[in-house]
Amino acid sequence: MSLLHVDDVVVQFGGVTAVNHANFEVDEGTVTGLIGPNGAGKTTCFNVITGLQTPTSGRVSLDGRDITRMPVHRRSRKGIGRTFQRLEAFGSLTVADNVRVALDIHDGFGGLFRSVDNDIDEMLELVGIADYANERADSIPTGTARLLELARSLATDPRLLLLDEPSSGLDESETEAFGELLRHLAGEGRTVLMVEHDMDLVMNVCDVIHVLDFGTIIAQGTPAEIRANPVVQKAYLGYEDAPEPVGAHARTDVGDSGSDSGPDSDDDTKVLAL
Amino acid sequence: MTAFLSYTVIGLFTGAAYAIAASGLVLTYSTTRVFNIAHGAVGMVFAFVYWDLSQRQGLPVWLSLVLVLLVMAPLTGVFIQRVLTPGLGTAPVGVSLVVTVAILVGMIGIATQIWPENSAARSIPQFFQGDLIHLGGVIVTPQQVITIVISAIVAGGLYVLLARTRVGTAMRASVDNAELLSLYGGRANVVAALAWAIGTSLAALAGILLAPIIGLQYYDLTLLVISAYAAAMLGKLTSLPMTYVGAMGLGLAQSYVVGYLQDIPGHDKLGGLPACVPALFLFAILVLLPQAPLRIGQVKGIISAPVPTIKRSLVFGVLLVVGVIVMASGMADSTLTNVGTAIAYSILMLSLVLLTGYGGFVSLASFAFAGVGAVVYCKVDQPNLLGLILAIVITAIVGAIVAIPVLRLTGLYLALATLAFGQLMDQLFFTSQWAFQFDNPLTAHRPSIFGFSFGREGRYVDLMAVMLVLVALVVIAIRRGRLGRMLIAMRDSQAACGTLGLDQRWFRVGLFAGSAGIAGLSGALLAGLRVTISSSTFIYFNSLILLMIAAVWGVTSITGAVIGGAFMMYLPVAQSNYPTYAGLMFVVVAVGAVILGRNPNGLTYWMFRVPGWIQDSLYPVLADRYPGLALKARAFEVSGEEDEALVPVDAADAGHNSGEVTSDVVASR
Amino acid sequence: MSVPILEVIDLHAAYGRIEVLRGVDLRVPKGAVVALLGPNGAGKSTLLKVISGQMEQTSGDIHLGGVHVTGAKPDDLARLGLTTIPEGRSVFPNLTIEENLLLMSYAGVPAERVFETAYSYFPRLHERRFQLAGTLSGGEQQMLAMARALTSDPALLLLDELSMGLAPLIVDELYETVARIAQSGVSILVVEQFARTALRVSDYAAVMTGGRVVATGEPDEIGSIMADVILGGAA
Repeated sequence: MSLLHVDDVVVQFGGVTAVNHANFEVDEGTVTGLIGPNGAGKTTCFNVITGLQTPTSGRVSLDGRDITRMPVHRRSRKGIGRTFQRLEAFGSLTVADNVRVALDIHDGFGGLFRSVDNDIDEMLELVGIADYANERADSIPTGTARLLELARSLATDPRLLLLDEPSSGLDESETEAFGELLRHLAGEGRTVLMVEHDMDLVMNVCDVIHVLDFGTIIAQGTPAEIRANPVVQKAYLGYEDAPEPVGAHARTDVGDSGSDSGPDSDDDTKVLAL
Repeated sequence: MTAFLSYTVIGLFTGAAYAIAASGLVLTYSTTRVFNIAHGAVGMVFAFVYWDLSQRQGLPVWLSLVLVLLVMAPLTGVFIQRVLTPGLGTAPVGVSLVVTVAILVGMIGIATQIWPENSAARSIPQFFQGDLIHLGGVIVTPQQVITIVISAIVAGGLYVLLARTRVGTAMRASVDNAELLSLYGGRANVVAALAWAIGTSLAALAGILLAPIIGLQYYDLTLLVISAYAAAMLGKLTSLPMTYVGAMGLGLAQSYVVGYLQDIPGHDKLGGLPACVPALFLFAILVLLPQAPLRIGQVKGIISAPVPTIKRSLVFGVLLVVGVIVMASGMADSTLTNVGTAIAYSILMLSLVLLTGYGGFVSLASFAFAGVGAVVYCKVDQPNLLGLILAIVITAIVGAIVAIPVLRLTGLYLALATLAFGQLMDQLFFTSQWAFQFDNPLTAHRPSIFGFSFGREGRYVDLMAVMLVLVALVVIAIRRGRLGRMLIAMRDSQAACGTLGLDQRWFRVGLFAGSAGIAGLSGALLAGLRVTISSSTFIYFNSLILLMIAAVWGVTSITGAVIGGAFMMYLPVAQSNYPTYAGLMFVVVAVGAVILGRNPNGLTYWMFRVPGWIQDSLYPVLADRYPGLALKARAFEVSGEEDEALVPVDAADAGHNSGEVTSDVVASR
Repeated sequence: MSVPILEVIDLHAAYGRIEVLRGVDLRVPKGAVVALLGPNGAGKSTLLKVISGQMEQTSGDIHLGGVHVTGAKPDDLARLGLTTIPEGRSVFPNLTIEENLLLMSYAGVPAERVFETAYSYFPRLHERRFQLAGTLSGGEQQMLAMARALTSDPALLLLDELSMGLAPLIVDELYETVARIAQSGVSILVVEQFARTALRVSDYAAVMTGGRVVATGEPDEIGSIMADVILGGAA
C-alpha cells in the first residue's frame, strides 16, 4: 500500500502548464527521488502535495484519504513535512529555537509543561549541526540551513518527508553523511520524497526514482533502470535524432572533482579567446 | 420619484468624485505596489492650495487649476515616489504603511501649519454657482454636471493613455513585471514617476471637486482614501473599469442612505451613518475576497531590539514604580495628569509592540480600541479590578471581530480594515447614545482594588505605573516564551510555519485580540485618570500619530514604548504651548517616521548601541589621548558591560537592514 | 584579432551569504554563438543576470565590446544593444501580443519596424495580435519573447533556457530562429540545460558547475562530456 498518491494533477499558471497530468505513488518506508530538468514542475508538485498550491485539477491522497483541499497546516498534522528549495529557515531565531518552534507547534498545549531541550539536542545531533545550536539561522552556511530545515521538519515527526534539493550547499563528505541519514530515516519507517540534482546522491540513496518532464512523469524505476533509460537522457540533454546511451562517448569527468580533459577552470578562456 | 432622482444625481456626483480619486489610487498602487494611505490627504492639501490661489490670492480659476493639477500635484507625486517611497514596493507591508501614514500625518501637519484652523472660515465656491439646471423636475448644479463629465473625461483619458500609448502600455507592463520592462529598455522608474504624477493630480482633482460640497476640512477630505480604497477594492486594486463601477455604486449607496435615512424612525441616533457607508462597503468587500496564498520566499531575519530577561525587567519595573511613587508625592495635580497620560499612552504603545513590533501587523485604530475600553469601563461602572478586566476582555473581543473578516487576507488589508474600523468608531459608535453621544463626556470612577482606594490623583498615577509594569512584563514574557518565538517564526516564514502545522489565521486573530485588549486597558485607565472623558480623545487621527511616534522611537522594545508614550503625551502639550508651530510639529514627526520607518527598532535601537560604542570606539581614543581618564573610563566600562548584558546574542550584530525582502515568489516552480 | 563582444573577468556574485558565482571567466567573440551549459544551480542564470545589469556582482569585471560596463542599469544596457531574454515567461501576460511588441520598440527600433519583422517571422503572432499573451501556449509565448531578439537588432543577445517546459518540436523551432539570428551576424550567449540542442547552433561551448566555468571547447568536444556532467558518472 503506497503512502502518497498523486493522481492526474494539473497546475496551470495562465497559459503555461507547470504540472501536466502527473501521476505517481510513493511507497511507505522508501526513499523516492523526483528528478527532472529545470522547470519540469518538481517544486510545483511539492507545493501541491503540501497544500501551498491548489492544483487546477487532479487529486492528492495520503493513506488513501483525499487531501487535495485540506489546508497546509492540517496536512502537516497528518504527517507531511517538507524543506524548501529557497531557504525558509526562521532567520531571526537561533538554530535551536528554530527546532523549538517546530516542537512547540507540534506539541500544541500539550507541550506547555514539558522540557524540550533534550529533543532539540537530539534533532540537531541527528542531522549533525549541534555545533551551530546557538547561532542565528540567517548567519549559518546554506548547507547547514538546509539540514536545519530537515531537523525542524523532523521535530514534527512526519511520516512523509518532502526534501527540495536538500544537498545543495553541502560538500562531498557532508553529502555522503546526508545520504546515510536518509537511509537511517527510511529505516525508522519514514518515507522520503526528494527533489535532488546531485545524481550521485540520487542514484546511491533512492529506492525508486520518478522522472518528471514538462510536468509529466516520463519514467520511473530503480536507479539502474533510470540511468539506462534513453528517454531520461533525452529529457536531460535535449532531443536529437537518435538517443545515445550514457557512456557511449569517452568518459571525461568534469564534475566537482576537477577536470581531466578540457581546459582547466581557472584559465578557461583559451578556446574562446580567438 | 423626484426625490429618488435627486438622490441619484447626488450619488452620481459623489461617485464620480470617488472614481477620480480611486483611479489615481489604482494607478499608483498597481505600478509601484506602494499603497498610498495619504492619497486623500494629498487631495485635501491641494484643495487648500487651490483655495489659497483662487480665493485668497485671487488668481483666475483656470490658472489656479493649471498650477495645482498640472504643476504642483504632479511634482508632489514624483517627489513622493522618488524621495519618500523608493523601493517600498518590495518592502514588508508594515514598512510601506508606516511611511505612507507618515505622509498622511505630514500632509495634515502642512495644512494645519499653513492654513490654521482659527482664521476665518474658508470655502471654495462651486463652479458656476447659482446657475441651476432643471432636468425634468430635478435640480442639478453645474458642479455636479462638471464633476460627472470630468470623471468621464478622466476615464477616457486613462483609457487612451493605458491602452493607446507606449508609456501607458509600459505602465501596465510594470504591474506585471517591472524588471522585465527594464530588460526591454523601458525606464521602470520614469513609468512609476509618471503614474504617481497622474495619480496625485487625480487626488488633487477629486479634493477640489468635493471640497465645495463637504467643506474645506483637514480630516473629512483625508478620509476620502477610504472611499477611494473601497471602490478600488472592487477592482482588486488593479481594474479601472471595476473601480469606476465600485465608485458609482458607493456614491449612490451613500446618497440613498442620506436621503432615505430621515424616513426611518430613530434616524437622529444614526447621524453618523452616511459617513460610514464607505467603511461598511469596504468591510463587505473584504469579507467576500478569496483566501490569500501563504507567501513563500523569506523575509530576511530581522535584527530585534534587545529583550531583557524577566528578572532584569522586574528590577527595572520595581525601580520605575518606586520612582513614580516618589515623584508623584511631590507633584502638582496637573503635572500628575500629564504623567498619567504618558503612562496610559505607553500602555497603548505596548499594544503596538505586541502587534507590530513582534507580529509585523499594523493597526491604524489603536485609539479606537482604547476608546472601546474607556466606554466599557465607564458604562459597567465597576470601579474595581473587575471593571478593568471587563474593559480588557470586551475590547479584545471587539478586536477579534475586526480581525476575523480579514483573517484570510494579507497585512495590507488588515491595516486598511482597522482604518475603516477607526472611522466607524469615530462617527458611528463614539457619538452614539451607547457611548459618549455627541461629545458628551462620560464619567469614570477611579477604582479601589483589594481595599486600597486609588481615588487621589497621586495614588491613581501610582496604580497606573504598576499596571504599565505588569503589562510590560506580560509582553516581555510573551516575547521570551513560546508565543513570541512563534510570532517571530511567522514573520520570518509563513510557508514554513504552515508546513510545520501552525494555523496562522487564528493565531493572527488571537494576536490582534490581545493587542486590542491592552489598548482597552489603556483606555480604561485613561478614563479613570481624566474622570470625565469624551470621544475627542479617541479620534482616528490620534492612532496615526501614535503609529508615527512608535516608528520614530521603535516599536520593538519596551523602552521605545515608554519613551514613545511620554512623547505622545507631550506633543499636544507642546502644540498648545507653541500654537504657531503646531502643524510643523506633525511634519517633524512625520519626517522622522519616513526616515526611521524602515527600521522598526527606531531610535531606541541606536540608544542601546551607545554604551557599546563608547566602550569600543570612544574609550580607546580617549584613553590614548588622556591617560588620566583611564580610571574614569573603567567606570564607563563597568556600566557599559551592564548595558551590554541587556543585549542578547541576537541583537549584537548590526549592519543588516531589517526586514528586507529577498524574494517573494508566490509559487516558485 | 578583434575585441570580444563580451568579456567577463573573475566575476563573483552572491545572494546574501550564498555565493553563486565564484570567479567566472568567459569570452564571447564578435559574431559567435557560445553555448553555456551545466547542471541546475551551476550559476548560469545568475551570470546572465549580472551581465544584463539585473544583479550586482560582488567583484570582477564585465566588458561589452571593449567597454567596461560594471554597474550599468538594465534599461541602459538594453538601449545600448544588449538584448536579454530571461528564463521562464519573458513576456507580459496581461498585455496583448501587439502591446508586447510595442514595448519592444524601447530598445531603439521604431514600433512599425518591430511589428513588421515580428509578423513576418511569426505569422501566427499576427493572427493573434489582439490576444493576451498570457493566454498563448508556452511555445507561442516563447516565440513572442524571441521576437524581441529578432526585432531589436542587438549587438549581443543573451538567451536563458529557451527550452524550459516546452515540447521538443517547439524547442527545435525556437532554435531554428536562434540559428537564423546567428546567421545575421549577431553575437549570442545561450544558456541551456539541454546540451545537445544548444550545441547544434553554437560555435563554442563552455561548461559551468559550482559557480565556475570548468571547461570550454568546440561543441563536439563538450558534447561528449555533458552526459557525465549532468547525469553523473558514478556507478
